[in-house]
Amino acid sequence: MTDWLLLIEVSLAGIGSGGLYAITGLAFVLIYKATKVVNLAIGEILMLGAYVFFGFSAGLALPFWLAALGTVVVAGLLGAGIERTMIRPMLGESPIAVFMLTIGLGSILTGTVELIWGANPLRLPEYLPNQPLFLGDAYVSSKVATAFAIASVVVLIFLALFRFWRGGVALRATASDQAAAYSMGINVPKVFSLSWIIACVTAGVAGMLVGAIGGISPTMGVFGLSVLVVVIVGGLDSVLGALVAGLFIGLLEALAGAYLGGEYKTLATFVLLVVVLMVRPYGLFGTHEIERL
Amino acid sequence: MKAAAGMPERDDAKRSVLDVRNIEVVFNHTVQVLRGLSLAVEEGSITALLGSNGAGKTTTLKAVSGLLDLENGAVTGGDILFDGAATRGFKPHELVRNGLFHVMEGRHVFEDLTVEENLVAATFSRAGASARDFDLVYSYFPRLHERRKALAGYLSGGEQQMLAIGRALVAQPRIILLDEPSLGLSPLLTEEIFTIIARINAEQGTSMLLVEQNAAMAFAVSSYAYIMETGRIVIDGPTDRLANDPDVREFYLGVGDEGASRNYRDVKHYKRRKRWLS
Ligand SMILES: Nc1ncnc2c1ncn2[C@@H]1O[C@H](COP(=O)(O)OP(=O)(O)OP(=O)(O)O)[C@@H](O)[C@H]1O
Ligand SMILES: [Mg+2]
Repeated sequence: MTDWLLLIEVSLAGIGSGGLYAITGLAFVLIYKATKVVNLAIGEILMLGAYVFFGFSAGLALPFWLAALGTVVVAGLLGAGIERTMIRPMLGESPIAVFMLTIGLGSILTGTVELIWGANPLRLPEYLPNQPLFLGDAYVSSKVATAFAIASVVVLIFLALFRFWRGGVALRATASDQAAAYSMGINVPKVFSLSWIIACVTAGVAGMLVGAIGGISPTMGVFGLSVLVVVIVGGLDSVLGALVAGLFIGLLEALAGAYLGGEYKTLATFVLLVVVLMVRPYGLFGTHEIERL
Repeated sequence: MKAAAGMPERDDAKRSVLDVRNIEVVFNHTVQVLRGLSLAVEEGSITALLGSNGAGKTTTLKAVSGLLDLENGAVTGGDILFDGAATRGFKPHELVRNGLFHVMEGRHVFEDLTVEENLVAATFSRAGASARDFDLVYSYFPRLHERRKALAGYLSGGEQQMLAIGRALVAQPRIILLDEPSLGLSPLLTEEIFTIIARINAEQGTSMLLVEQNAAMAFAVSSYAYIMETGRIVIDGPTDRLANDPDVREFYLGVGDEGASRNYRDVKHYKRRKRWLS
């Protein structure tokens, strides 16, 4: 009996953190689909989001909603700034050059955070509910549950924007055929900018949630490594893939951690990565061949 | 040869909506594809641009619409005037906003968008596209209305070509650059498409620069035609005159004056290959 209970509790916790992989994966996929840039700085952008929230809430002692709003605005500006100053000038350069650039961007963001806030781990002010939550007999951390709920809302907003908003049509058209989008009057550079803004806001929100659960530190960016596995498994250009693979890898890590030991978490995900790549080289739901790097 | 290249002998009393003057186009800083090409499209007309594979027809259209930028190509000489103003320095989407719409070769529908969304995607150049603009498209292409909720990737080749033209129509441009609308279509469907092209031109007053391999069709709908070879215009003139020109008939319509065709098999072969390629 208790074995089953443990399995359920571990699975729920895994799916909960998988929700955060899913939305960060979504941010990655959006940039890849719209601009064909493999953004390896997504983990660091997430980290920066967490620190900006820390700055607003702990540093300036703003109330939660204002701090969250401020974080969203700063993340959006960051996205616009990165696109305009670093990515757009690289248009037409080889994919590997842009890929390297995002690695550099990640180091710059980490360095900036260390300069401002130092290298030590910090705790965000408690804003997620903390009393234990029971689903039947199974215990769920209410922080994880709330984070999962917020992540679900982010996914819904994301999908609704894609489907029903006019700008969503421009985004999908550009993702599908850039030259054709240009030829019919879509402002493609603006679409690039928009996709970076939305992606950075999403990653920033994910950062606030990850930080609320596990605390923040400049090394939080390694979260991006798991996200990279998520999007490769799901398919770099697949929204559905990011969602499914995000939840699944969250689950897999939790199970491996609980039953095999913490050191097996990463091993399990990378074994999955290798298996998927062997069976389906462009991911479970990916459609296009991955850019050769 | 009749008229000299580079010197369109046109009635100057009528305005040109598009005026291409002696342009040179180079790809990757090395490959020169257009060598002093000139042509003009008279306001409200259908003007045809014909020529064999690789002559540079598509390149000409891309130079006009600004899409060369995406392929590391550049206009290195000459001028392109749209409505009397130079297009140099304008981005493709800005030219569309001013009323110049390029329907690319090979249709390029957004496959994972619905038919309706494909049309929406073509309205970003306009302030207020209304339901009436969509109805106009559907009135020319009732088939698109039936399939409006379907993903464009699942349309037949003919329906995709209708959608490609429909997207131009919904944007209400002043001129449409139309690249090989007959590509990969059956003769029957080609005729249907061309009938609609002629109707749009007559009823909406939209000028068109039409690139075609199907010379007979192009002659049937256009009032003026240019024939190009390796990057420059070699013959041009009013369609009715060109269509009766023995050289043109032999080399571009595939019927020599002896009746039997010398190049007919090449033409057939070419068409087959095109269809296979698309
Ligand atoms: N992006 C490019 N880079 C280098 N060369 C190019 C490029 N695009 C076209 N060319 C070359 O320019 C020449 C003209 O090509 P273009 O596509 O304009 O021909 P076309 O007349 O449209 O032919 P078709 O009837 O086959 O469509 C060809 O020799 C082609 O190889
Ligand atoms: Mg062509």
